[in-house]
Amino acid sequence: MKPILDVKNLTMDFGGLRALDSLDIDVRPGEIAALIGPNGAGKTTFFNCVTGMYNPTQGDVLVNSPSGYSTRLNGLKPNKVTERGLARTFQNIRLFQNMTVLENVMIGRHCHSGAGHEIIMDPDNSPVKRMAASAFFGGMEIAATLLKGKRFKEREQETVQYSYKVLEKVGLEKFANNFAKNLPYGLQRRLEIARAMATEPFLLLLDEPAAGMNPQETKELDDLIQRIRDKEGISILLIEHDMRLVMSISQRIFVMDYGKKIAQGTPGEIRTNDAVIKAYLGEDIDA
Amino acid sequence: MGEILKSLKAAIWFMFLTFPIMVIKVNPIEDTVVWRWMNMAYIGVGVFFLSFLWRFMLARRNQGKKAEESGKARMPIGQRIAEEPKIKYPAIALVGAFALTIPFWADMYNTNIMTNVLIYVMLGLGLNIVVGLAGLLDLGYVAFYAVGAYSYALLNHHFGANFWVVLPMAGFLGAAFGVALGFPVLRLRGDYLAIVTLGFGEIIRLVLENWNEFSMGPSGIANIDRPPFFGIKMDLFQKTDFMYYVVLALAILTIIAVTRLKNSRIGRAWIALREDEIACQAMGVDRTKTKLMAFALGATWASMAGVVFAAKSTFINPPSFSFWESVLILVIVVMGGMGSVVGVILGASIIVLLPEYFREFSEYRMILFGGAMVLMMVFRPTGIVTAMRQKYTIHK
Repeated sequence: MKPILDVKNLTMDFGGLRALDSLDIDVRPGEIAALIGPNGAGKTTFFNCVTGMYNPTQGDVLVNSPSGYSTRLNGLKPNKVTERGLARTFQNIRLFQNMTVLENVMIGRHCHSGAGHEIIMDPDNSPVKRMAASAFFGGMEIAATLLKGKRFKEREQETVQYSYKVLEKVGLEKFANNFAKNLPYGLQRRLEIARAMATEPFLLLLDEPAAGMNPQETKELDDLIQRIRDKEGISILLIEHDMRLVMSISQRIFVMDYGKKIAQGTPGEIRTNDAVIKAYLGEDIDA
Repeated sequence: MGEILKSLKAAIWFMFLTFPIMVIKVNPIEDTVVWRWMNMAYIGVGVFFLSFLWRFMLARRNQGKKAEESGKARMPIGQRIAEEPKIKYPAIALVGAFALTIPFWADMYNTNIMTNVLIYVMLGLGLNIVVGLAGLLDLGYVAFYAVGAYSYALLNHHFGANFWVVLPMAGFLGAAFGVALGFPVLRLRGDYLAIVTLGFGEIIRLVLENWNEFSMGPSGIANIDRPPFFGIKMDLFQKTDFMYYVVLALAILTIIAVTRLKNSRIGRAWIALREDEIACQAMGVDRTKTKLMAFALGATWASMAGVVFAAKSTFINPPSFSFWESVLILVIVVMGGMGSVVGVILGASIIVLLPEYFREFSEYRMILFGGAMVLMMVFRPTGIVTAMRQKYTIHK
């Protein structure tokens, strides 16, 4: 089976600093994969390269969606990457604090709720056609919003319903009309995942989802991630420092250090890998 | 008790500080020194009172914050008018009735002032889209106002164009200018954006001032037609009243439009962009398109307000579109409450009406404005009315 995310030879330079060095990482359909490594290893940089925040210096980021098309993501803007079916969360929570919980998720629906999104998002259409469609439907949308017609209201209601369902999936439905900033920390993390899920991704990139959580919250997160994979059929690539979580839920683990991949394999293999132990604990002087 | 002591200390300190200028008065002709001890007492009492009031307000604010955190806050009065249906609808009806009947009982002077208020309501709501919703600090907003005013003035002067024809045209022209400004500043944020928009506003004004062949320079354009009403001849009073109703209709249109935009997919994208640009893009929002829409739609209302302004005053020249106007509109938005429609309406009324009815204090206008802004930022940084988000109901 083709991997849904296939990163080949990815290199990212910041001036003279090589943050990522010929990285090869792939995620298979229906898999939970983890990316680990000491602080500053380049994990978040990798996420940023994949999701279009940075334009990588070298290499390819390829996706093969379950629906059958393949694209190269290099140089695409973040919103285009999201349209292609990748969604992410952030290491330090980046919610829209002064919007309600439901509205946060509704923003996730943005690229699916606009008029003409079928044309704008279809990768088979030429870029010119997609841009023209985007401008045209943008104008139409303004008109529709001002006139508040039946179609417009239906669309809004569809978005609300879908977003509410997503909130139910992560168990946040009772907070729908609260401000995001008033949620407790653990639930804010959950909301970030819900928001990403609302974009209908086939691959979810989670950047330290368990950071700052207590053991109980981490346990619940563990369940949530597994449920997303099993029920929604979304593959997951996560960065995490909590080894217990990583070892328990991931099928495969990639280990990075100083921008290079130093190991990959099943949790069992990684646990006994010498290079990994060296990267985390340092070398034994006597040996 | 401690507070009283602190206020007392402040009072004594101020009495001491102002002693040389407030108490001692030297009369150089008669070579005498006049000791005005009463002034010292006035200052002492005044400072004590103000200082105590300040402390009291600060304490109240902190209490309010605590109450808000525990979720038991009582909503302030402005908020309640905007939120609670029981107060909201009667308030709307009352304000509506008031606004509709003004020309019947007010004289021409007052009707004119109310027309002005409504023009600023339009401008404020337009800028509210850019600053309040999309979070793009625009200091050159008056440029779009000028675009609208001059497009009507020039078309009317040269071709005798009709107000009703130019109004929608100017709207589109304003949107085009908005996009033209939007493109180069797409990547800018915050201070940088403010500087560039400020420059843009000044460029438009300077062009109008210096390009004599095009805009007739500083002497401006006079004898602009007022809006016609099916060719009926009207005297000056009727014209003023009619003008008022035209602006009222447009202002209501603006209110409806901005409210709808605010609670739509576009409006949500704007707010998300304001809250967190990076996360917003990562969630699939097209930053370019969203920002350009904000600039374009904001400029549309300014431009239409400009047409109205030109038609109302029948004379325009570049000084009407100075930087000060931009600041005034921005003050309306910030003071009223960024992102709040009701807030902007209140803000526009206060900012236009107070200087108008307190002309005796016109010398102190700037200092009062400055003081009011400082007080606002300390006690109600979100404005008179805090923008609230729509609550959605879910049909199961």
